Amino acid sequence: MIPEIGHYALVLALCVAFVQSVLPLVGAQRGESALMATAKPAALAQLALTALAFGCLLHSFVVSDFTVKNVVMNSHSAKPMLYKVSGTWGNHEGSMVLWALILALFGGCVAAFGRNLPPGLKARTLAVQGMIGVAFLAFIVFTSNPFERVIPPPPDGNDLNPLLQDPGLAFHPPLLYVGYVGFSIVFAFAMAALIEGRVDAAWARWVRPWTLAAWASLTGGIALGSWWAYYELGWGGWWYWDPVENASFMPWLVGAALLHSAIVAEKRDALKTWTILLAILAFALSLVGTFLVRSGVLTSVHAFAVDPARGVFILAILVAAIGGSLAMYAWRAPMLKGGGLFQPISREGALVLNNVLLATAAATVFIGTLYPLFLEAMGGAKVSVGPPFFNATFVPLMVPLLLAVSVGPMMGWKRGDLAGALGRLKAAIFASVAIVAAVYALDDRRSVGAALAMGLAAWLIVGAVVEWAERVKLFRAPLSTVWSRAANLPRANWGMAIAHAGVGLMVMGIAGVTAWQTEVIRTAKAGDAFDVAGYRFVFKGASRAEGANYFAVRGTFEVYRDDRLYATLAPERRWFPVAGMATTETAIKTNLLADLYATIGDPEAPTPAGNMPAFLAPTGADTAWTVRIYHNPLVPWIWLGAAAMLLGGLVSLTDRRHRVGAPRRVGDLAGLQAAE
Amino acid sequence: MKRLLHLAPLAVFAVLAVYFAFGLTRDPQKLPSALIDRPVPAFALPEVAGVGVPGLASADLAREVSLVNVFASWCPPCRVEHPILMRLARENAVPIYGINYKDKAEDARRWLADLGNPYRAIGWDIDNRVAVDWGVYGAPETFVVDAKGTIRYRHVGAVTPDILDETLMPLVRRLRNER
Repeated sequence: MIPEIGHYALVLALCVAFVQSVLPLVGAQRGESALMATAKPAALAQLALTALAFGCLLHSFVVSDFTVKNVVMNSHSAKPMLYKVSGTWGNHEGSMVLWALILALFGGCVAAFGRNLPPGLKARTLAVQGMIGVAFLAFIVFTSNPFERVIPPPPDGNDLNPLLQDPGLAFHPPLLYVGYVGFSIVFAFAMAALIEGRVDAAWARWVRPWTLAAWASLTGGIALGSWWAYYELGWGGWWYWDPVENASFMPWLVGAALLHSAIVAEKRDALKTWTILLAILAFALSLVGTFLVRSGVLTSVHAFAVDPARGVFILAILVAAIGGSLAMYAWRAPMLKGGGLFQPISREGALVLNNVLLATAAATVFIGTLYPLFLEAMGGAKVSVGPPFFNATFVPLMVPLLLAVSVGPMMGWKRGDLAGALGRLKAAIFASVAIVAAVYALDDRRSVGAALAMGLAAWLIVGAVVEWAERVKLFRAPLSTVWSRAANLPRANWGMAIAHAGVGLMVMGIAGVTAWQTEVIRTAKAGDAFDVAGYRFVFKGASRAEGANYFAVRGTFEVYRDDRLYATLAPERRWFPVAGMATTETAIKTNLLADLYATIGDPEAPTPAGNMPAFLAPTGADTAWTVRIYHNPLVPWIWLGAAAMLLGGLVSLTDRRHRVGAPRRVGDLAGLQAAE
Repeated sequence: MKRLLHLAPLAVFAVLAVYFAFGLTRDPQKLPSALIDRPVPAFALPEVAGVGVPGLASADLAREVSLVNVFASWCPPCRVEHPILMRLARENAVPIYGINYKDKAEDARRWLADLGNPYRAIGWDIDNRVAVDWGVYGAPETFVVDAKGTIRYRHVGAVTPDILDETLMPLVRRLRNER
């Protein structure tokens, strides 16, 4: 019964979304406020219905209702509750329902809290949001029904892909989706502005908080995904330039560009058509990301649905949404009036440089990701471009960008003074030169690249601090003045300083692990001891272990530093018999400056019979095991930097300028709850 | 000129859309199966009415080494691999059994009438039940089943001449010698 309610709610949501995409648009064109006013209840109803459908699916997973095919395919009664819940979106159909839910949630938020938006803009924005809703709900209802039944039900399910049974990954898709879908609202605003033929400072101000929210959650989602790849895949790396990683990274880059160009559009009434184009592209890349993951066009660990009907449907959505919006852009954008003029050396100029470099970087990643597809279309072989391409193209683009990050905020609007800005950045220049020299002198490996990267990171961090210090008049005014200036400093400025310093932290982490990683791959018998980067590892042997839905082999290492026990590492290999898959559980000991990272491989023993993996072969006390140990200096800073960027985005989001005149009325919230 | 500049993104996207459409026609990736080295799941499927070959049950697969091909009339890659299956059937190289996946009987019948029927028996899996048991991700998929009715290999996507000659047929020959 409950799955049928969910299915029915989805169909109703589709109908409501259709109404939402037509009536308000017609109303806005004719200037009929009654028709425009249908947008709000429609958006709230779509939210309530989608939430109901998602709730029904969640219920089916939680109670392990094996009459539902989706639950059979992706769950198992012996699975821990967390993964029953995350199994709801750990599959194609469920993840699409989550997509639709977040889409409706954003639409509902605009409907409920966008009271100070001009009625025409609000109606058109919600109508465009409704069209996206129609596309995705139709996709679910017609090609990916999550509530399909299996009669008679099988005794138990097939289990969720064990790689996905991980706390980090349980919350990675929702965060990514909030990011992807958040750009849908920005896209809807851009389309509404194109339909109206008017883009002004107020428009840019409405768009910024949504961009910030989307970009910040995308930051969190990508960081979680990268962290998961680091500790779950067991290869010691943290970023693989995998097509699916790239799919989320491209909208992130364009979103970062959009964040900055929207500032220019808001403050200086310039770069307006460019900002609109970025808003379209950020969402277009989010859709392409969904397409890449869902259709199996590019092979990757992440792809889990292969069905031509779905691929064709998604392609139709892509063509309609991106083609339609770009056609609209080609038609209307030339009619938009240009805004304020500025010199190349100015705050605007620095932000344009930021935009050009970020957009080029996104284009580079795009080409690298899709190049294999292009090549095959030309009749070439199947190839993979791989990290060398990305490292060779991406890094040279990032260096000038990062150099400019500290200078831009020090320059004035319209016409800046480069020499003056650099003069005020004396401390940062001095710090970076000192760091380059110190790192080079202390580094046994004499890595020039690492020294320069550390200098660049110092430039970013000290530059952010200098900019902040200048705003609060640190050391130039009495402490009480500094305090009050800091308290009154707009949150957006705090956010910028935190996020820019976060980029610096991340650069340090990347440079550190790239230049100074130590990798030891060898075989070890119980009792063997060996040194890795100044730590003494003693292998204590491997033993069998068991979990709720898996069998495992667990190796134990005692790690000594200066003859004192520093850590005990117990990496595992797990075998999930129901899904027939094995996973690697790395053991990591971090002190925030460096990680010790251990994994256990296969024993030197005959392969077991049947479909058992090699690591579950019968072994004795003197069996040799393959082990991999990494010492990863500064690697935690990559995620600390990402966390700082996320925090910067959130702090900036609380800036009161985003909320001026924004309603905080109890009635809206009550209405939202009642609608649910 | 300015107008042309604003048209550029649309033009770029138009080119991309063509490539994406092409990408859809490619073979999907090879996926591991939970069922490798397990007996085929117990099932009994009715025939596709009017084709002239019987339906398929698990007992049919426990006689000799065979291929089980999951196909559908709506699936473009199935059309791509079909001539290869026809050639195998003509040469009597290995028995091929079909599982007709999420298909209407009349569509499947027309499809086989147009392109030929390489299958000794076809199970009509209208409600997708058996495909779920086999862990099928999409059509086409091809399984190699040995003489004891154990699944030994799974190929996801269209069977190409390379895959046939380098993977499937060598495996079939090896399994025959196992007896």
